[in-house]
Amino acid sequence: MNTTIMLFLVQDGITNGAIYALLGLALVLVFAVTRVILIPQGEFVTYGALTYASLAAGQMPGTAKLALALGIGAFAFDLFVARKALHGRLILRSLITNIVLPAIVLALTVYFAAQKPPVAVCIALSLVIVAMIGLYLYRIAFQPLAHTSVLVLLIASVGVHLALQGLGLLFFGAEGQRGPAVLSGAFTAGALRFTGQSLTVYGITIAFIVGLWLFFGLTLYGKALRATAVNRLGARLVGIRTTLSGQIAFLLASVIGALSGIMIVPITTLYYDSGFLIGLKGFVAAIIGGLVSYPLTAVAALVVGLVEAFSSFYASNYKEVIVFMLLIPVLLLRSLAAPAVEEEKD
Amino acid sequence: MSALLSVTDAHVAYGKVEAVRSVSLEVGANEIVTIVGANGAGKTTLLSAIMGILPLKGRVTFAGQDLARLDIEDRVAMGLGLVPEHRELFVTMNVEDNLELGAFRIERSKAKASIERVYALFPRLKERRKQLAGTLSGGEQQMLAMGRALMGEPKLLMLDEPSLGLAPIIVADIFRIVTELRASGVSVLLVEQNAQAALKIADQAYVMELGEFVLNGKASDIAANERVAASYLGFQHEGESAI
Repeated sequence: MNTTIMLFLVQDGITNGAIYALLGLALVLVFAVTRVILIPQGEFVTYGALTYASLAAGQMPGTAKLALALGIGAFAFDLFVARKALHGRLILRSLITNIVLPAIVLALTVYFAAQKPPVAVCIALSLVIVAMIGLYLYRIAFQPLAHTSVLVLLIASVGVHLALQGLGLLFFGAEGQRGPAVLSGAFTAGALRFTGQSLTVYGITIAFIVGLWLFFGLTLYGKALRATAVNRLGARLVGIRTTLSGQIAFLLASVIGALSGIMIVPITTLYYDSGFLIGLKGFVAAIIGGLVSYPLTAVAALVVGLVEAFSSFYASNYKEVIVFMLLIPVLLLRSLAAPAVEEEKD
Repeated sequence: MSALLSVTDAHVAYGKVEAVRSVSLEVGANEIVTIVGANGAGKTTLLSAIMGILPLKGRVTFAGQDLARLDIEDRVAMGLGLVPEHRELFVTMNVEDNLELGAFRIERSKAKASIERVYALFPRLKERRKQLAGTLSGGEQQMLAMGRALMGEPKLLMLDEPSLGLAPIIVADIFRIVTELRASGVSVLLVEQNAQAALKIADQAYVMELGEFVLNGKASDIAANERVAASYLGFQHEGESAI
């Protein structure tokens, strides 16, 4: 291997690693706040990517309709819970967030899809659509189970993943899609060639990590989210609703997922089921971070990206195997280093 | 005038075991009410149920409103505060963040003034404001838990065993602050095993045994009651100077 190839692999690894880092951070965030191991994170990636690609190709993505359908479901849940004491204001708020909003977005999507909108519009619409799906999924599938064990939440999570994957096949077909680059063009620095797209990936990843850091460190809602993760009862006793924290966590996770998808789809062809494997690599990073540490997760994600890049060069058939094998020594070390963790009792 | 908090015929059960049976109590405005009783009498269970952490059968009203349909967060917003026995602090966050979150339901502009008030009550917290809550001593954690609850501007603060496991000098400090709270218009419902200290500062008192109130009345009368003296105060007479 010469230096050029090595540098090329490193660059490739870092680009992928940056995406895994975002996904890993989202997984840690959702787990810390809601105790849900978010298997459908990968579907947020594919939904974001393929919604973006469909819109850019002038097709109507089915995800916009799904958002409205899920919104109606979420509204029904809200009505059912509030049936004994119907507060006009609460119902109105639920109606606006769960039905009016996705209806408006659906109308906008129908309008724009017909006329091949500019890239910025495609990105904005895709993000909003997937964000709404994430929010309503939390309301329908996880909020009613919020008090149950991690295992029950995991089973629900697997169920949501399978359902979304099936719907993905329905919406986007079995064919792969590619989207237009967010930033076209390229420049060379020495032996390295930087494409606009890979720079976008770095830029957005760094911006998001800094943004999350500021959000958690400085804003009241960010701190409230951390507080919920640290001590659920304590958070409730100061008036922080666990459902609010869960909603914010799912919103962030779905936006991060969709954004990752939009960044990948110009580089790689994505299929309706590609997201699972991508999400799983973010999961490897999150596990290395113990599902609690953000910095460790980010570093682990870069390692995962690099290992993947180099193993695809040396033994491309075993690329995935090698990446997932990273887990074995990590889990072994963790189980030796840390005493068994009892499941939190609520 | 009607009571601030009124509990009527409350039952609280863990599955089939009734930990609290047919309990009624009232806390008026500007009043310290204490519930004394042995370990396992059901005091903590009762406070948790009033807060909405455990389901309660019976009627609880606060500031004239029935609490039955309200969850913990709504009760907090109404001005009911609980400092639980295990404090439930955000241990990986610093003192200031803990306090700031205490005012989660309060307007931002008011929260700034509240934090200064809390620092005035507990100067130790101001010294340690950048320290992580988990690294504080037991007494400081208790102060932080009380401070955090006060940030929510409660009308009634429920304190569960605030003196448990703390050095006598800190206990005295905490009891002094409880009386200061009453002076500033906050009612206090105080659950204590340290009956002597609690009865000294309280206006009204209830004695709880095996999930039921066996005695209630003015705190000074309860303290003078022979049976109470024998069961709860007797062993403390020798160590009276401790408080």
